[in-house]
Amino acid sequence: MIKIKNLSKKFGHLTAVEDVSFEVKPGEVLGFLGPNGAGKSTTMKMITGFLSPTTGSVEVCGFDVSEKPIEAKKRIGYLPEGAPSYGEMTPIQYLEFIGQIRQLSGQNKIDRNKEVIQKLHLDKVLNQSIDTLSKGFKRRVGLAQAILHDPEVLILDEPTDGLDPNQKFEVRELINSIAPDKVIIISTHILSEVDAICSRAIIIADGKVLADDTPEGLRSKSSSDKMDDIFREITSGHIS
Amino acid sequence: MRNITTIFKRELGSYFATPVAYVFIVIFLIMSGAMTFYLGSLYERGQADLSPFFQYHPWLYLFLVPAIAMRLWAEERKSGSIELLMTLPISVGESVIGKYLAAWVFIGISLVLTFPIWITINYLGNPDNGVILAAYLGSFLMAGGFLAIGSCISAMTKNQVIAFIITVVICFLFLLAGSPLVLNFFKVWMPQNIVDAISSLSFLTHYASLAKGVIDLRDVIYFVSLIGFWLYANTIIVEMKKAD
Repeated sequence: MIKIKNLSKKFGHLTAVEDVSFEVKPGEVLGFLGPNGAGKSTTMKMITGFLSPTTGSVEVCGFDVSEKPIEAKKRIGYLPEGAPSYGEMTPIQYLEFIGQIRQLSGQNKIDRNKEVIQKLHLDKVLNQSIDTLSKGFKRRVGLAQAILHDPEVLILDEPTDGLDPNQKFEVRELINSIAPDKVIIISTHILSEVDAICSRAIIIADGKVLADDTPEGLRSKSSSDKMDDIFREITSGHIS
Repeated sequence: MRNITTIFKRELGSYFATPVAYVFIVIFLIMSGAMTFYLGSLYERGQADLSPFFQYHPWLYLFLVPAIAMRLWAEERKSGSIELLMTLPISVGESVIGKYLAAWVFIGISLVLTFPIWITINYLGNPDNGVILAAYLGSFLMAGGFLAIGSCISAMTKNQVIAFIITVVICFLFLLAGSPLVLNFFKVWMPQNIVDAISSLSFLTHYASLAKGVIDLRDVIYFVSLIGFWLYANTIIVEMKKAD
């Protein structure tokens, strides 16, 4: 469960996120849509505790992220934008490291490692340094890291960016398969993805929430019944 | 503690996963050997002790320790992996200490690998090995001081070259804080007791007795509190600058 109340973030004079409030319940997959620079990543960084909000609060599973950061972070799996990792490590060393930090041990650790390696098809590249992997594999290593500890909350910043169509399909399947009892927030540029995996979509531009509805609800507002059109109408209407 | 160990192991492993470790160790050994034999004239002196070896360590560390320290945080910020590290359930302090200890132990490994020089001197004569051990510890402690400064500076920038240069300059000032070069500059416009305080911060003064194998508690406290101060500053800077 995520509760966001009146969240704002200012960088100097620039307001990146302005008075954003919403809640996400277990079982919901929330799609975060918006043009580049709309404040999607900034909001995600505040949810995961990387950035501290200028005003407002974020609560993850009952823990305020600013006041109890460690407790909140334990319950979150996070794929940052661009899937950064430690390039000189191999995926298996990397998962081992993340597993230790996440305090996995014994049989549970072995099982979790096995499961994410199998789900993300990493078995062929396990002993190759991450630096030498293709963009798609790097992204999948980042995803593996995020889901390794089977978190209650999953925050994925553009999880399918840089993947080929087959890989995109697989990642969507993966998200669908773990969705039922989890809180998932995904940011994306790809509108068809919203239809494929999200139960709810928030459209954000210039740091403000412009629409918050189910994909069907959003589509019904548009004359053409197409996600692309509704996105353009909402976001450009705001700008002009 | 457990998190510090995890970070420590990952960091130390990463030195040896890249050529960094091997290049550093080889250069360290060549340089320390060259300084001992050519500048320090170990053979010509005709004395079985290692003071020609230890007396050049401050100058060796002046360039080599910043080279190790510069990547500690600057690289993490440049590659974006700091976002991953800071969203894992560990505190900033644990990361700072884990990374620092890994780099310090790595320098310690380089220092231990100078043991052939110790064997040489024991073959040639009968040195006081207690003094040599104490001097090794003193040298390691001073390296820790340089490293803490470097780690803190590295957190201020994404650019490793800038981190290196600024660290060298600050370490240089700390080295020479007791010399006329630095003191004359302050003498003109500062009261005498502040000039004395600056003079007492000198690495060279505090290292001088350690290098002779005299472990004076005041020197140890000096280096330990220096390390503590810079690592504390390091934690605050990481917290402030992580998302820039």
